[in-house]
Amino acid sequence: MTTDLILFLILAAVAIATAVGMLLSRNAVYSALFLVLNFTTVAVFYLLLGAPFIAITQVTVYAGAIMVLFLFVIMLLGTEELPERTVLPWQKPTAVFLAVVLMVEGVYLIATQKAPGLINNDPSEGFGSPQAIGNLLFDQYLLPFEVTSILLLVAMVGAIVLTNKKKKGGQS
Amino acid sequence: MNFSEAANTGYFFLAPWLVFFPVIGLLINMIFGGKMSEKAVGTVASLASGMAFVVSVLLAYSLSATHGHTVTVPFAEWIHIGDLQLDWTFRVDTLSTVMMLVVSGVGTLIHIYAIGYMHEDVRFKDDVKRFRRFFVFLNLFIAMMMILVSGDSYLMLFVGWEGVGLCSFLLIGFWYDFDTLGRKSTANAEAGKKAFIANRVGDFGFLLAIFTTFWHFGSLQFDKVFEAASAHPDPVVISAITLFMLIGVTGKSAQVPLYVWLPDAMAGPTPVSALIHAATMVTAGVYLVVRSAPLYSLVHGASYIVAMIGAVTALFAAAIAVGQYDIKKVLAYSTISQLGFMVAAVGMGAYVAGIFHLATHAFFKALLFLSAGSIILGMERGHHAHAHHDEDHGDDHAHVEHHEEEVFDPGDMRNMGNLRKRMPITFWLYMAGTLALAGIFPFAGFWSKDEILLDAKLHAEHFPGVYWLLSIAAFLTAFYMGRQIWMVFFGKERTEVAEHAEESPPVMTVPLMVLAVLAVFGGALNIPELPGFELPSNILHNLGHWLEHTLGHVEGLPLDIGVAGISTVLALLAIFFSWLIYGRNPLKEGQDDPLRKMFGPLAFLFTGMENKWFVDEGYGAVIIKPFEKLAKFLSITVDWNFWHDWFHDSVLYAGFKWLAEFLSEPIDMGIINRFADWLAEMTKRSSEGLGRLQNGFVRSYALSVLLGVVAILGYLLFK
Amino acid sequence: MVPVTYYIGLSAILFIIGALGVLVRRNALVIFMSVELMLNAANLAFVAFSSVNNSLDGQIFVFFIMTVAAAEVAVGLALIVAIFRTKNSIDVDQINLLKG
Repeated sequence: MTTDLILFLILAAVAIATAVGMLLSRNAVYSALFLVLNFTTVAVFYLLLGAPFIAITQVTVYAGAIMVLFLFVIMLLGTEELPERTVLPWQKPTAVFLAVVLMVEGVYLIATQKAPGLINNDPSEGFGSPQAIGNLLFDQYLLPFEVTSILLLVAMVGAIVLTNKKKKGGQS
Repeated sequence: MNFSEAANTGYFFLAPWLVFFPVIGLLINMIFGGKMSEKAVGTVASLASGMAFVVSVLLAYSLSATHGHTVTVPFAEWIHIGDLQLDWTFRVDTLSTVMMLVVSGVGTLIHIYAIGYMHEDVRFKDDVKRFRRFFVFLNLFIAMMMILVSGDSYLMLFVGWEGVGLCSFLLIGFWYDFDTLGRKSTANAEAGKKAFIANRVGDFGFLLAIFTTFWHFGSLQFDKVFEAASAHPDPVVISAITLFMLIGVTGKSAQVPLYVWLPDAMAGPTPVSALIHAATMVTAGVYLVVRSAPLYSLVHGASYIVAMIGAVTALFAAAIAVGQYDIKKVLAYSTISQLGFMVAAVGMGAYVAGIFHLATHAFFKALLFLSAGSIILGMERGHHAHAHHDEDHGDDHAHVEHHEEEVFDPGDMRNMGNLRKRMPITFWLYMAGTLALAGIFPFAGFWSKDEILLDAKLHAEHFPGVYWLLSIAAFLTAFYMGRQIWMVFFGKERTEVAEHAEESPPVMTVPLMVLAVLAVFGGALNIPELPGFELPSNILHNLGHWLEHTLGHVEGLPLDIGVAGISTVLALLAIFFSWLIYGRNPLKEGQDDPLRKMFGPLAFLFTGMENKWFVDEGYGAVIIKPFEKLAKFLSITVDWNFWHDWFHDSVLYAGFKWLAEFLSEPIDMGIINRFADWLAEMTKRSSEGLGRLQNGFVRSYALSVLLGVVAILGYLLFK
Repeated sequence: MVPVTYYIGLSAILFIIGALGVLVRRNALVIFMSVELMLNAANLAFVAFSSVNNSLDGQIFVFFIMTVAAAEVAVGLALIVAIFRTKNSIDVDQINLLKG
């Protein structure tokens, strides 16, 4: 029991630290790398929660594909620090304040609700395995699956269209 | 005594035609008269009146066939409201038939006379178109008078009463844009107005009597009222009724104090004076008293007042007549005086004497008036002949001068003289009327006046003083009529006009002759027993017996030599005195009345007589002037100055203006306008403010999203 | 046995940090990355609950979220590139032409 807790706390600290790091880094690349770390930590969390497939997917898709994509674009667009401009001076303080308020609300919410339960440390055999996910995906969630495939198609088309350099002006 | 018979026996069903014939006559003249000749118009009107006379004769005949029992002929329902039932019913009894015969008979003769008179008068006044209107009004008068005398209730009597009052107004003011001398003026219209208003005062009294009667007895129908009165006589109420009625009588029959309209009413054409003011309308008051005999006989006090008013009026008016110069004015005051005799008679309860005198007076007074009209027209003819005579002699200067010098009054006796040479027929007719009026045996007036005097003497203990007043009045009557005869017909002509006066045409003189016959022999209506003569009883007291059916027992008095003798002596003495003063030394041109000198230190008496005892001036000062002042005050000060000028302008108009300004300036512009402006300003500012939210920065939008999330979450948590 | 509330708390914290990142940073890419962080936090909560309820529905949901996130990233980055081509900057404060 306590090992779970300690493990959780360490991982949580890491996750939070990396998140904060991403937030505060001046360099966009550093932010991306921090985020990669964060994703990996969350993948470990998934493992702890009995979702191996999801964990691997996290690493592969999120950390692997999405963040790489991010890094590509960062490289493409340059990583210079943006000059200081104070257009909305009250933006930062208000945001921080609201975040604090939200935090307070969250704490209150968690504290007052009755405990929904404990993490199941002993899942059944095959819980979270690809087979199980696959069964559910193609059985009960077939429609969202198909729709998602179309969504991906749309995204692909959109990305290509958006980045198409116009050879002659006015033609898309 | 009274019971309604089925109206299919005799000619009673003809009763409504009494009214219809004159109405049809006036309608024909009104609608078609414009296209008819003057002769045709006059004939239609006279026929209408004549037919009414025929109907009266038939009714009287039928009545005599039924031995004088009263017959009522219901004609139309008028007012039926709940218990209130007032109908138009004709009453044919002996009293009403006498009145009908007198009115329609004398009236028809006057209609015929008027054809000739008006033919000349409209030419003297230069307005030929008015001929038709005269006859329309005359027929209307006959119709109204018929309603008056044939009514079965006080209501119908009053309808006729008012109707004849209207007709007298219309006819007195017939020449409404002239005065009596033919000048353009409102004098005639004012005379008509005076008649109407004086009558109105009288009518007010009569109305009070009617109201009291209805309130006390619950009906206005004669039979019902008299039955109730004799069953439960309440002296106070009946005195009130009779005295109120007396006010009406003084108005309509020209007694003191409301007689003032009758002399002024001479402004109307002479046939009008004859018909309305001598023969018929003024007698309506006397008829009213006789009709209400059952009421008057119950209250001695009121009867005495009636008799005294009659007697006083008789003397008062006779005195005025002595000092008058206008031929018609003398006759007018004479009428008032003779009406006084009649009212005194009926006041004393001598109803037959009163009606008898009413009938004979109708004959000779109409005769006198129409003859006076003949004289006046004769003078007018003389005036015009004289003017033309001047012209013919090429004396333009004199002609113009003559017309411009003075306006000629054809009725002024001081302009006349020796007319018996120029107008002989008229002279003899006038003599007949005068002797009848003076009461000389055996003319008609002798019998009727004698009966009144006899009654006065016999009832002297109940009615003290009446006999003496009436006797003095009789003396003065003979005196002023004698004066008139000497001044008009004898002596020398006092003006050139008199020298050229012409006699009247037959259409005027023939009706007068008929009246003269009646004036001479009219006494046969009610001959009393003569002492020393044996007369068959069926010619005695005919009128009395006839009226007995309506009035109850009537005492038929024999002739009293004492009373008759005294009155005859007085009359002859009076005529002798008048000859002494006026006849022996006839008046010269421009000479003043010698009576004034004769009075010596009492000359003021003569001035009083001459000026009608200043009664009109008294009324003017006491009643009319304050009334005019009050009316002026109310109209000018109260209505115009106060109400219109001050109140409307200062209060209403200024107040409203102030209110409008107040509402518009501070309230509308200040408050409401500013409020509207403020609203617009607020909208503008809020939109500007809100517009600043759209700053284009994505981050701020995201902030607002977070803000919303936090807010909603907070609300949900802490709900 | 870790109570699920810990995981929820962690998820909340990560989410808030992500939100702060969206609001505070001006670099478009960093903002985008913060959005991914927020999505990730949600995924974590899903998986935690799926473990508690012992059903795989939560995980399926995470699957879908990831897919959508991937698609979204592709398009979003393409957008940012396109914007960079015109404005030559990835400062979101520069994109303020739609102000009112």
